[in-house]
Amino acid sequence: MPSRKTKGYKKRKTSSVSIPKDALKSVKNKIKRENLLAKVRDEHNISKHKARKERLKMEASDPELKAERLASNIPSTIEAMRVYDETVNVAAEGEDEFEEYFRDKKPPKVLITTSKNARGEAYELSDQLIDIIPGSEFVKRGHKFSMKEIAKFCNNREFTDLVVISEDKKEVNGLTFVHLPNGPTMFFSLTSLRMPKQISGHGRATEHSPELILNNFSTRLGSTVGRLFQSLFPQTPEFVGRQVVTLHNQRDFIFFRRHRYVFKETERVGLQELGPQFTLKLRRVQRGIAEEMEWEHRPDMDKEKHKFYL
Amino acid sequence: MSDEIVWQIINQDFCSYKIKTLKDQTFCRNEYNVTGFCTRQSCPLANSRYATVRNVNGRLYLYMKTIERAHTPLKQWERIKLSQQYSKALEQIEERLIYWPNFLIHKCKQRLTRLTQVAIASRKLALKSKDEERRLVGVKPKVVRRETTRERKALAAARVEKAIEKELLDRLKSGAYGDKPLNVDEKVWQTIMNNMRSSAEGEADEDVDEAEAEDEEESEGEGEIEYVEDEDDDDELVELEDIENWLGADVATDEEFSDSDASSEEDSDEEDEDDQSSAKTAAKRKRAGASAKPRKRAPRVEIEYEQEQARATNMQDTAW
Repeated sequence: MPSRKTKGYKKRKTSSVSIPKDALKSVKNKIKRENLLAKVRDEHNISKHKARKERLKMEASDPELKAERLASNIPSTIEAMRVYDETVNVAAEGEDEFEEYFRDKKPPKVLITTSKNARGEAYELSDQLIDIIPGSEFVKRGHKFSMKEIAKFCNNREFTDLVVISEDKKEVNGLTFVHLPNGPTMFFSLTSLRMPKQISGHGRATEHSPELILNNFSTRLGSTVGRLFQSLFPQTPEFVGRQVVTLHNQRDFIFFRRHRYVFKETERVGLQELGPQFTLKLRRVQRGIAEEMEWEHRPDMDKEKHKFYL
Repeated sequence: MSDEIVWQIINQDFCSYKIKTLKDQTFCRNEYNVTGFCTRQSCPLANSRYATVRNVNGRLYLYMKTIERAHTPLKQWERIKLSQQYSKALEQIEERLIYWPNFLIHKCKQRLTRLTQVAIASRKLALKSKDEERRLVGVKPKVVRRETTRERKALAAARVEKAIEKELLDRLKSGAYGDKPLNVDEKVWQTIMNNMRSSAEGEADEDVDEAEAEDEEESEGEGEIEYVEDEDDDDELVELEDIENWLGADVATDEEFSDSDASSEEDSDEEDEDDQSSAKTAAKRKRAGASAKPRKRAPRVEIEYEQEQARATNMQDTAW
């Protein structure tokens, strides 16, 4: 999505020369006035660009100046204004359901299925997920068994995770992750899904197990979510494949991307998108297999713009 | 107030409960309205004799008002709890509204029917949503809109690809891919290895230097200050003032420039000064600076430390 200029961006722009609109008011002829204003604006623009160019030159010769400017001119982003959260970057306490995965280093075994009566997109996405998660299997969902029963069957067959793709009106609208055998269960809403074929210039993925990048999962809840995603992938990625799966958390939205990379130089990396893309947002965390509610997103949590939970 | 006057006002003038639709139909928002239409017959405000069925906390009640209680608004409505059995509730209505106008009896029965149907439907939905996977949530356009805009802005702020590139480079440079990585071109890996080695050595040097510096303590620090001082004036000049001084001693700088490839502080000062001096000289010097830059900037860090070492051994050997 192209980023639009936001209000904040406009406000930050301070010009050295202000446009003298009041002085132009005395000109009675509208056409003349407009021409004059356009001229003034043009000059203003040119001077601005000149100043910018000059600054660039100065900074090219002296990097300290640039460092100084960057140090003094810190934009006040939403991230910077984030409400204090005491669990940010604090070691987790209490029991850890993912301990087994990190201790035993066994490759995960994941079952992927859909919600009941799935018809459309869910099957396409399940194909993609099988590709992405090594050692995953798809089973078509009937309408006989509930998720709890399926989780029980999975336990008997030594699956480590269960992923349920939920579909509504032929559109995927959520993903449920159940870590087996003892939970937790997390439900994410899924939006802006783009399949590889919709991504221009997409590459074709290979079967190598990918690297994983988890960005910005800072709070205690966030780290739990991060560990959940981590536990879906094998611990030893195959670097030959040069494939990387990214889950980037920004303001509680988790952006899923998959790329192939190449180190062009020491400072440059080439990325080719493999797809799919989608955005997850955490809605519910439940203990066990969809039992006691541990955390739930409520609409009133969105009231505070600078409060983030992941 | 007579019913007729009330209705005149509501009909001709204004009623806050009235909703006009695009078609020539008006609805009523009053909760006591038995039909939902804004008509003379079914207006609960303009009729002093009125009956309706309402759902209060899951139970259905028959509400009645009569002209005898019109003067006490507090006790205006008489209400009767209706049976939960539909047929019994119908009988109750018939019994209570026995000499009432047929319109009200009929409409009350219709409303009872509708409300029981709604209750059944909602109970069914509640049963369905007990299934732990399916969860019925109202779709609120405002919330949806808010979330899509926030998602769009978060995506713009995330700069996902930049973040990925940075993370990958970090991994590469920190040696997370091992000694012989399979995902890097050999040339690139060689340069990175060299960089890593030189930086490691530099760090080691630094450590040694620091140790030596601690031994000699203050004498070295003084030495450094001295060689800034030699240019001009005061000890306690801020950097900006330094620049001004440099502007004053314009001619000297050029000589300085060629002589002192050792001193890092001077370099930076000179460059600062370049930008502010007159255009011609600036251009000249910039060219000189540009040619000298790569040669100077690369060893800059090292030489500074070496100098310290050198000064520790022999003060006069330095380029200064």
